[in-house]
Amino acid sequence: MTASSALPTHFGVYGGQYISETLMPLLHSVTAAYETARQDPAFWNELEYYFKDYVGRPSPLYYAANLTRELGGAKIYFKRDELNHTGAHKINNCLGQALLAKRMGKKRIIAETGAGQHGVATATVCALFGLECTVFMGARDVERQAPNVFRMKLLGADVRPAQTGAQTLKDAMNEALRDWVARVDDTFYLIGTAAGPHPYPTMVRDFHKVIGEETKTQMLAAEGRLPDTLVACIGGGSNALGLFAPFLEDAAVRMIGVEAAGKGLSSGQHAASLSGGKPGVLHGNKTYLLQDDDGQILDAHSIAAGLDYPGIGPEHAYLHDTGRVEYVSATDDEALAAFQRLCRSEGIIPALEPSHALAHVLKIAPTLPKDHLLVMNLCGRGDKDIFTVAKALGFNLK
Amino acid sequence: MSTLAAVFARRTRPLFIPYIMAGDGDTLARLDDLVAAGADIIELGMPFSDPAADGVTIQEAGKRALKAGMTVAGALDIVRQFSSKNKEIPIVLMGYYNPVLQYGEERFTRAARQAGAAGALIVDVPPEEDSALAAACTSGDIDLVRLLAPTTPPERVRFIAGRASGYLYYVAVAGVTGTQAITIDTVRDKIKVLRQQTALPLAVGFGITKAAEAAAIAAVADAVVVGSALVKAAQDSPAAFKKLATELAEAIHGAGA
Repeated sequence: MTASSALPTHFGVYGGQYISETLMPLLHSVTAAYETARQDPAFWNELEYYFKDYVGRPSPLYYAANLTRELGGAKIYFKRDELNHTGAHKINNCLGQALLAKRMGKKRIIAETGAGQHGVATATVCALFGLECTVFMGARDVERQAPNVFRMKLLGADVRPAQTGAQTLKDAMNEALRDWVARVDDTFYLIGTAAGPHPYPTMVRDFHKVIGEETKTQMLAAEGRLPDTLVACIGGGSNALGLFAPFLEDAAVRMIGVEAAGKGLSSGQHAASLSGGKPGVLHGNKTYLLQDDDGQILDAHSIAAGLDYPGIGPEHAYLHDTGRVEYVSATDDEALAAFQRLCRSEGIIPALEPSHALAHVLKIAPTLPKDHLLVMNLCGRGDKDIFTVAKALGFNLK
Repeated sequence: MSTLAAVFARRTRPLFIPYIMAGDGDTLARLDDLVAAGADIIELGMPFSDPAADGVTIQEAGKRALKAGMTVAGALDIVRQFSSKNKEIPIVLMGYYNPVLQYGEERFTRAARQAGAAGALIVDVPPEEDSALAAACTSGDIDLVRLLAPTTPPERVRFIAGRASGYLYYVAVAGVTGTQAITIDTVRDKIKVLRQQTALPLAVGFGITKAAEAAAIAAVADAVVVGSALVKAAQDSPAAFKKLATELAEAIHGAGA
């Protein structure tokens, strides 16, 4: 039996469905449900309604005049998904998957979260649609991200600390998979990034595509042509795919994904799966992973909790190998500097995740001509990060 | 006929298949205990950093094994040492895909056969993704043991059985290893249905902790797998491990399907 879907299950050699037999029939049913929903205009109409009136889409494409002037090169635009309800791009995907779960008659949603952004977005849509919500979060992250834990609780979610492993995002994902396999009848697993077994990487990309589609329309209106370069940060890579996907066929558009180099690629303490990892299988898909010679998965490190994952979405692995997208990295220190720069230059406090993308923009913008159109996905706002940043900069908030 | 198929073909009573984790304590000593207790086939776990299909008991065993330095090569070495003196008891290597993939699938199956292993059971590789692994098992001349679950629909049972060799492992409860109790009647009914869909021998595991449960399952299955309960007992003491293994073996062998 092959998957009942017309959607491809792999991206080149990456992706797939590497999962225990108990979950396979469930994945087939999610695939079939998504295959039907994606061909149903009513599904997209409902999603668009929530995008507009609940999330506040379209998010603006903002010309950053100050930063452009200071850097003296490319015209810099920000796709402002940080202005979305719940403060990041994550809500796009959560709404899409929650609507699918409702169609499938599922009453209970589970999710994994690292920084808590996906957990908050999931708890939000569950409150909206009256679904039971359980969020798995590494015990260490529960400690590090207390405000988001409280937000999830306010929204009615049950937050379960994952005590295993390094007690961060990958352990939360393991716990979510363990819960799912024991609750196959009533539970829908709402994965937060463009990774995991098929159909998740495809589905998550499709729900975030709105980012790139809006960008295309907005840039054509503002400049009368397509952008020259797109830049986005990569953890699992959902915000980047959302921006990139509608431009993949536009060969002249250059795309750059920025991974988290943590304390430096040579330090061994980073989260750059493409630059510092190799292909393997984890959490249901084949992709680039940080791992040792025996195939044991290593702990990732990044100051941005949302990038702190030892893998990457399988479509990025594919786009990396084909060369369509360039992948670079930025360190914790570079991201911190970029974070502060944006606060002062534009009056925008960015999340630490897109601060990595910004760090790369700061490097390349001065080298590009003044008519070069550069778009960076400002995929999250920094309110959640002020404690981390304060600590890194030596401020005492207490 | 493969080694595993032969063990089932000549069986006169239900088989006892215990599971232990390579590198969790004195593995060779525990393997000897299992042989003395009456094990017919042994599943030897290879630890993985992210055992998403396992409950806390086997997670912890894997963690202890990794901390003690266990690797794929190390597990193969244990098989080699064990098989050099125990030619009659086949070993099935059980684990997750990534360590095998990094070791090299072909290299792994060949080394496994050379070491004396008879099969491999890789929990996160469904038939949809198994072409390379299945080819490696064929060329290495070991069985690729396949899983069936309570959620597996009838047409999929036939699809999986069509690709399986040796025996089929029926995961008796939807969940992770060692956490939920098994419901004997449900499993018994399910086995009857599975019998109509495949002629391959059926081993049943997940959630079996006590001799009485093992006996009840053995009355309808070809083999009974017990893992977490043994791993837990080994943590208590070698004596507790031996005692449980012996009780399980006697219960299963006495059940007579």
